[in-house]
Amino acid sequence: MDKKIFTDPFFRKNPITVLVLGICSALAVTVKVEPAIVMALSVTIVTGFSNLIMSVLRKTIPNRIRIIVQLVVVAMLVILVDQILKAYAYDVSKQLSVFVGLIITNCIIMGRIEAFALANKPLPSLVDGLANGMSYGMILVAISVIRELFGSGTLLGFQIVPLSWYMKNGGFYENNGLMILPPMALIIVGLIIWIQRSYQKELIEE
Amino acid sequence: MDTNKNLYTIIYAIIMVVVVAVVLALASYLLKERQQRNVETETKEMILNSVGLAAGADDAADYAFYIESEYDKYITDTSVVSAGETLPMFVTRKDGETFYTIPLKGTGLWGPIWGYITLKSDFNTIYGIVFDHKGETPGLGAEITTHQFTGQFKDKKIFEREEFVSVAVLKEGTGENTPHRVDAISGGTITSKGVEDMLKVCISRYLDFFKSKKQ
Repeated sequence: MDKKIFTDPFFRKNPITVLVLGICSALAVTVKVEPAIVMALSVTIVTGFSNLIMSVLRKTIPNRIRIIVQLVVVAMLVILVDQILKAYAYDVSKQLSVFVGLIITNCIIMGRIEAFALANKPLPSLVDGLANGMSYGMILVAISVIRELFGSGTLLGFQIVPLSWYMKNGGFYENNGLMILPPMALIIVGLIIWIQRSYQKELIEE
Repeated sequence: MDTNKNLYTIIYAIIMVVVVAVVLALASYLLKERQQRNVETETKEMILNSVGLAAGADDAADYAFYIESEYDKYITDTSVVSAGETLPMFVTRKDGETFYTIPLKGTGLWGPIWGYITLKSDFNTIYGIVFDHKGETPGLGAEITTHQFTGQFKDKKIFEREEFVSVAVLKEGTGENTPHRVDAISGGTITSKGVEDMLKVCISRYLDFFKSKKQ
């Protein structure tokens, strides 16, 4: 199996910064690091297993209902993830609320099924799905670290910025309120894309 | 085999739907009990918090067990009868005093908000209050759950002499400084208004009960 199937999604073909897919959830769940990690895991599980299932079924699927079959399989996986979170990670599932259900609309999943799983063997498809989910998660966590650190002064709920620095305690520091609003996620994604393109000149279009 | 025939397509779709339905039904059946327990534990924790109890929940080794045992220890009753109608009310005995907790349900900006308000035995003074919400804006409306907001309610009064006035949630620096007002959240005007309406509507259902108790 080609090693590139696993490594490509992380940098050269990153779903968020290069293909610009899955942006909606990247904006919504990155205020804090913990929900971002859970979202990343959930999406990774769904992309991995939807790719695997679709690849196993690829020769049997009637072409006319291809998209419907994909939707049913993805929807089933998303509901399973949602139910399991509600049972075993209730706090986080409350924070993610509707966004777990909206994993189904995450373009990365359908994109990988159409572009990869339907034309490749099960094992490479599973790897491709997991790698795409993880590279999506990598960007999500990077954004959420910046937003939580500067927006709330914490990381994973632990206070990082010393409390004595804050204005209300007689210090000089104030959290950046813009960081916890969705537009900031878009700006950070833009900055990450900018940095990546300045290293990978081949990504720059004419 | 030709996968484009009508019959094949229909049978394929039917089998797929049945398989998926069985998988989901099974998952729902197996996880339901645990999910319900999570919701119940959360409700109980909110009630206890509004009476200033269960503060050690974050450090407890077994969170659900801790909440459960605290709840059983302090909550003595869960409903009252007022004018022939049974209303939910959680009665707590703590340090020789009795507290009365009323559930609140209302609407914020994006969805439902809810909470519990605890009154002292004079049915006038607020002892504690907690709020939660489905999806208010983080940093704005969602601030109603913070202690900075809920802490303001302590020792406020819901009656002016014999008249029910509830507690108004007003913009900081406006209105008279009475025991019937708290400061709203700046930037969370509609959620703050929702809290105010919710208090008024939900508490007013208990007025008959208060009257019968005070006599």
